[in-house]
Amino acid sequence: MTAVSMTVNGKSVSADVEPRTLLVEYLRENQRLTGTHVGCDTSQCGACVVHVDGVAVKSCTVLAVQAEGASVVTIEGLAKDGKLHPVQEAFREHHGLQCGFCTPGMIMTAVDMIRRHPEGLDEATIRAELEGNICRCTGYHNIVRAIEAASAAMGAKEAAA
Amino acid sequence: MYQFAYHRPGSLAEAEKLFSAAEDPKFMSGGQTLIPTLKQRLASPSDIIDLGGLKDLAGISVADGVVTIGAATRHADVASSAEVRKAIPALADLAGWIGDPLVRHRGTIGGSIANADPSADYPAAVVALNATVHTTRRTIAADDFFTGMFETALHTGEIVTKIAFPVAAQAAYEKFRNPASRYAMVGVFVARTAGGVRVAVTGAAPSVFRQEAMEAALGKSFTPDAVAGIKVSPDGLNADLHASAEYRAHLVTVMAKRAVARANG
Ligand SMILES: Cc1cc2nc3c(=O)[nH]c(=O)nc-3n(C[C@H](O)[C@H](O)[C@H](O)COP(=O)(O)OP(=O)(O)OC[C@H]3O[C@@H](n4cnc5c(N)ncnc54)[C@H](O)[C@@H]3O)c2cc1C
Ligand code: FES
Ligand code: FES
Repeated sequence: MTAVSMTVNGKSVSADVEPRTLLVEYLRENQRLTGTHVGCDTSQCGACVVHVDGVAVKSCTVLAVQAEGASVVTIEGLAKDGKLHPVQEAFREHHGLQCGFCTPGMIMTAVDMIRRHPEGLDEATIRAELEGNICRCTGYHNIVRAIEAASAAMGAKEAAA
Repeated sequence: MYQFAYHRPGSLAEAEKLFSAAEDPKFMSGGQTLIPTLKQRLASPSDIIDLGGLKDLAGISVADGVVTIGAATRHADVASSAEVRKAIPALADLAGWIGDPLVRHRGTIGGSIANADPSADYPAAVVALNATVHTTRRTIAADDFFTGMFETALHTGEIVTKIAFPVAAQAAYEKFRNPASRYAMVGVFVARTAGGVRVAVTGAAPSVFRQEAMEAALGKSFTPDAVAGIKVSPDGLNADLHASAEYRAHLVTVMAKRAVARANG
């Protein structure tokens, strides 16, 4: 067993884990944060996306021990004071989900993409940026619309601030 | 995944020491190839030596016409580097076309070239730009580095530390992506270097290779038309469920044409 400490959604946590524990397993089973999903065995679907030190990664392709000292944010860490994050709000408003299995990963990827594109996002860029996230229900159209809307709303808010 | 012992050394010397003391160790950089391999139980190292704690191993510098990229530099950082984009835009393009944004946030150039996947993108840039691979023990010329499918000139326990890319007069990369995996079905990197035109092909064969007929033709005239008529033999090329050897051979010419057009663009 290896001791590992990190910050998860702003809270310091530590545990002894087997080195082979994936970050997603640690989050779901040890921290009981089951919003992060596992959709594949091959690092391809993106259902498991979380932020590690500010960037979106596949938590099924990171060992928990690699996140030693890191700051991790999961889907549970987005809403503040009972208020949904603008990207969550946009997915609800624009029906960016059907079964919802891919949604936590989609939203974490979307938050990261909006951060990296302060100039705004067009449809082609959003679709290219979603290459690591697979959805088997929606056909992506409303996901793209939700991200477009969230990006515009968040840009507008910053401009107003 | 099988069990393994995990180490996070603080220096290259410590990493090498841990490696030589272990039974069947493996280095880990971004883990974007190694962890999927471990998950499939295709590898069972006794020890994983994580190079992620070696801060000096990552970084980009441009000086005297050479772009030097630390082995632990992530694909996303190469893709978004203003310095790389200015000196060798084709290299920033290539990094930005690897996998997806999530993979690019963790995968590293050192891991990519040490792994030498036949469909990986970076090997094409290393060979076409005539880069030099620096390791803990020596420097290795691009033409000597990739020796076969998943095989390189690296010795057991040798660590890639950085890759030095001379700036080319013109360069471009074109990739026909496998739509499912994003890896190159065929990728062609063309470069007008100090030593002449170099054309490196990835994805088509067991290992990256130079296309000498195209190099000669482009040396005379650096135009898409110069390569349009060059037929590549399918002998020895990869054939799998994604594409036949004949199709890959055809794609080499098409990608080369597009790459030259992009370089002239
Ligand atoms: C979904 C997905 C899509 C991908 N798509 C592409 C793609 O389109 N194109 C592409 O080129 N790649 C692609 N990759 C692979 C990706 O680029 C990897 O990041 C890269 O191949 C390996 O880099 P790494 O840092 O993750 O290495 P790791 O997985 O950590 O290591 C890979 C191998 O290299 C060795 N190694 C690592 N660092 C060193 C070093 N400094 N010195 C010596 N040996 C070392 C390790 O021991 C291991 O054997 C994809 C991966 C995934 C999961
Ligand atoms: S669970 Fe599919 S990419 Fe992580
Ligand atoms: S909503 Fe069902 S997988 Fe995306």
